[in-house]
Order: sequence, then C-alpha cells, then structure tokens
Amino acid sequence: MPETLIKVEQLRKWFPVRMGFLQSIISKRQLFVKAVDGISFDIKKKEIFGLAGESGSGKTTTGRLILRLIEPTRGKVYFHNTDITTIPDREFKTYRRKMQIIFQDPYESLNPRMTISDIVSEPLRVQGFRNSTEIHEKVYKVLEDVELTPPEEYIFRFPHELSGGQRQRIGVARALILNPEFMVADEPVSMLDVSIRAEVLNLMVDMVEKYGVSFLYITHDIALARHMCERLAVLYLGKIMEKGPTEDIVNEPLHPYTKALIAAVPLPDPTTSRVDVVIKGEIPSPINPPSGCRFHTRCPEYIGDICRTKEPALVEVGKERYVACHLYSQPTK
Amino acid sequence: MTPKALLEVEDLKTYYQVLRGHVKAVDGVNFDVDKGEAMGLVGESGCGKTTIALSILKILPSGGKIEGGKIFFEGKDIVPFEEIEMRENIRWKGISIVFQGAMNALNPVYKVGDQIVEAITTHEPDIEKADAEERAKKLLELVGVDPSRANNYPHEFSGGMKQRAMIAMSLACNPRLLIADEPGTALDVIVQAQVLKLLRELRKKLNIAMIVVSHDLSIIADTCDKSAIMYAGKIVEYGNIISIFKNPLHPYTRGLIGAFPSIKAAKSRMISIPGFPPDLLKPPAGCRFHPRCPYAMDVCNKQDPAFLPIEKAHYVACHLFPKA
Repeated sequence: MPETLIKVEQLRKWFPVRMGFLQSIISKRQLFVKAVDGISFDIKKKEIFGLAGESGSGKTTTGRLILRLIEPTRGKVYFHNTDITTIPDREFKTYRRKMQIIFQDPYESLNPRMTISDIVSEPLRVQGFRNSTEIHEKVYKVLEDVELTPPEEYIFRFPHELSGGQRQRIGVARALILNPEFMVADEPVSMLDVSIRAEVLNLMVDMVEKYGVSFLYITHDIALARHMCERLAVLYLGKIMEKGPTEDIVNEPLHPYTKALIAAVPLPDPTTSRVDVVIKGEIPSPINPPSGCRFHTRCPEYIGDICRTKEPALVEVGKERYVACHLYSQPTK
Repeated sequence: MTPKALLEVEDLKTYYQVLRGHVKAVDGVNFDVDKGEAMGLVGESGCGKTTIALSILKILPSGGKIEGGKIFFEGKDIVPFEEIEMRENIRWKGISIVFQGAMNALNPVYKVGDQIVEAITTHEPDIEKADAEERAKKLLELVGVDPSRANNYPHEFSGGMKQRAMIAMSLACNPRLLIADEPGTALDVIVQAQVLKLLRELRKKLNIAMIVVSHDLSIIADTCDKSAIMYAGKIVEYGNIISIFKNPLHPYTRGLIGAFPSIKAAKSRMISIPGFPPDLLKPPAGCRFHPRCPYAMDVCNKQDPAFLPIEKAHYVACHLFPKA
C-alpha cells in the first residue's frame, strides 16, 4: 500500500457575498457562496487523483485550498501527516517548494515580458537560490525534462514566440524546477488544441514515473480523467457525490449524477446510438444550495422526501468505493 | 452546370490581408450540403473553419476577402452578390448562424424576447409587431425555453438557456441552412449534451440543413451525417461520417481520432500528433501536413496532393492514396 501524501479532511470554503450598504441593513444574515462544503479525500504517493465536476462545482477552489493559496473556512489539509493549515506563513514557504501548481490557461499564466529562462527560474530565485551557474543548470535540465530541446533554443525566447502546447510545457517546467512532491494540475489542457493535448498529459504521466510526483488532476472532462487517473472524485456544488477507482466509476457509475455526467459525454463514434438520459436544468447557485441532497432538484432517480430533507452521507459501498446517495444508504442495499 | 445541392462550395479561397502579406485562411475548399443534411467542419484552431462559415454569409471582418471560388446557394452563386442582396435575401432567411460563445452574443440591455422580435421585424418589415412577438414565443418554446421567459434579460438566463435563445433567434426567419459555430464549447458537459440533443431534434422537426463547426470530433460524430476534416486552410478528408470514423485515411484524421480519448475504450497512453499547425502566412510547400506527418515521403514536400475520391463519397488529399 503506497504511502498517503495529501490528506484532506472536511475541507470547507465559504466566500462571503459582498453586499451593498442598504442591503446589509435590510438583510439579517451574511450570505455565503458555499464553494467547497466539507470534502475529504486523500492522495497517495505517485498517484494521479482526479477531481471532476461541472463549472461552479468547486474543483479549482479545492486545488487552491490544498496549496493554501486561499485560506479554508474550516477543515484540515495534511501533507506527510503535518497539518499545513495552521502553519504560520513564514514557515510555510518551505512547503511551497514541495507543492506546485500548473495553471489552466498557458496564454495568461506566463508573463509576456519575461524570457523563458526568467520564467522557469523565478521559483528558484524566490526560494533563495543565488548561484547563477546552479540556476542555469537546473533550467537546462528541466527544459530537457519537458522535451523543449535543445534548451538553448528556448531560454531567450518570449512566451509569444511559442505555441500553446509549448507554453503549457513551460508551465510544467516552472512547477517542476523545485522538485515538488505534489502538483495541482488545474485543467492543464482545456485551452489546448486536441492534437497537442496528449503530449502535455503524457508529460504528466512521465513525471509521475520519473520523479515520483503526485498529482491532483482537476478536470471537467471525465473521458480524459479516465485516461489519466487511478482514482476519481466527482464533485457537485461543493460536495463529493462519488469517489473511487476511476475504472469502476466509469464502467459502473452508482450516483445518478455520475451516471448523467458519463452519459452526457459525446462519443467519438458515429455508429453508437446515444442513450438520452440527459438530465434537465443546470447546476443551481451555490449561495443557496438545495436542501438535503444537493442533486435532488435534477435527479432522475428521486425517491421521495428523504432526498429533499436529509443530506446523504458519503458511505462505503464497495472496495474503496464511496457514494453519497440515499439509494445506497439503506442497509439492505 | 446545374448544382443540385442546397449549398455548393467550389474552390473557395478566402485570404486575410495583413502587413506581412496574405494569410491564406481558406485555400481552395470544396464541399456541398444537401437539403436537410448536416455536415461537420472539424479542425484545430486557426485552420480556417470559422472563416468558411463567415465566407458563406459574407460577413468577413475587415481585411478578409473572398479571393476566388464560387458559393452556390440554391443554385445561385452568392459570391458576386451585393451587400443589400445578401441582407435581404440570404442572411437569416436562407442561411443563419449561431456564433460561438452564446453568452456574449446577446445584447445585455435588451430583453431576450425583444431581441428575437427585432430579428424578425428587421428582415420582414411587413409583419405586425404582435405576430412577431407571438412567433418569438413559439420559437422559444421550440428550443425548450419557457415562453414566459421572453421578458427576461440575458443575465437572468443560464449559459445553456442563452445558447438556446440564440438558436431560437437564428431560426426566426425560417432559414434553410443553419451554421452552428462551436455549439458545445464553453458549456458544461451536461448542458452541451442538451444543446446537441436540441440540434438533432430541430433537424428532424424542421428538416433544416446544418453546418456544425467544431474542434471536437465527438460533437460532430454525435450530430452530423458527413464531415470535412480541415488542416491549415484545406480540406484533407471529406466524406460520410461513418466511413471517416471507421476507415480514416488521411494521417491527420487518424492522429486526430487517436488523440480523442473515448470514455468507452480501454485506458491507454494517448497518442499525440508531433509539432504544431503551420503559420498560414508561409504554409509549408507541397502537402501542408508533411512536417508533422509520420508517413511523409519525398513527394510530400514538393507537390500538393490532389483531392481524390477513394471510395464512394469519401475523398482524401494525400499522396499515400493515388487514384484507385
């Protein structure tokens, strides 16, 4: 059994809703956007853990909470069994070296006025490396790792001279240069063309094998998640609906939401007939999420009042499989 | 010559004039769309698929110009048409378009219903306002939006509803051809599936022809009868959707299909196409795909491959496939 690297416990982030002066007098209580509302999971060493969900389900917030780019409202994040949510900022810098992020949009996340060499070496300089030959060597090595070879052709270029795929590899290189143990990949390929997606994703898989990096892979594309991740958690309105080995979830989804999500993926095969179990409506507002099970307003397998009044717990239903749905919470099932 | 199809595009060339020369965004493209048929236009960003859509409606941005070729719509070549003729007879009534990014295409300060009414009254000046309003409500109902929502502003609509409203508006003057530019992009999977289902239903109900422009092969597989695969301003493969998916001929098509993970297929390492699309200011000589092609031969960088039929209704432009 591989060692657990990251453990997330009952993590919650409520963003206060900003109100105007008059509104704050009239309304009695502060409203919150419940972006992440009590989720728990763990990521093992050398694992790619997937977090799937629609926009507004809280995937990105979760990624940022784990890296402490934003402070959680409640809950704990453990890195190697150390609770990193309570460490003072000053000491946290040593942890930042071990936890990095790859951003979604390679067109926005690279400073257009810095050369590739400056962009990739910036984390080193922030972390206090001063020896310029050492920095130089590290930059060369990491560029070779992300297959931007020969590195001397790239180091003096600017981001606008690179294609989208190359830019995203710079993003990976920048995250990799400090030899992190853990990386958050926030939709790393959603802005890239189809023909070059695979090279960035394969690069991530190589990083796991070569350097033993663990990943939290955030995606809206469950088909891609299946090709990348061993285990997967499906988020809906800040709650985990289903969690387990990716293969099992895709082949036999249990939660009605997961079923709908998988049925909605268009297949690259014109001969298969579509099963039209498309659910109605769109994701509700996270300010006032539905009572009980958050999915009950759209659920095709609604079983009665219990769905509306009682929030289902995330229960284990099989080997490493967890699901939060009243269909499975009865002991008889 | 008497074209039979609803839309026939012959050797279309659309170039953009920039400081450094001509960007050959669309360079000699042929295809046709029959009545009630749906064609998919697939390719990566910058391959010219949206430019084709804009050329058909003659709404190219400044600097863009149709430099050659013919576009027959219902038998008439519309390339030499004057602006006024396009506006009065072709756009909206003959061909309409749903633009990419529905969220931004609606005017935020007008009610959704009023915007549809405006589209109707502009193109049919004789219609009574009440009739136009009635039709707008019917259109909203047709696309699955509650007609009472016609009095809402766009910000009160969700992303999927805005996309539906845009589709409703495009159908306002009963066009015979609908161009949907990236209908699924920027929408969540479930909403995207709803919109695609709507497009399929509309085709059945209204017997309307469609051109679906997308970078996503699976969306095309889901909605279209045939497909044209574009690369760097040219169509590299064209034919029936099933024969393209079952028997892809062009190495680019194969690469593209390989790069798409299917949720049903076994977990595998994904295949990518090495390199990146060329700069259309100076496209590579010969076949434009040859710098990235795993099967490139000597002839590939010298001679532009001809666009030849391999099987019935399945065309490919590649030196690997000489005329059978």
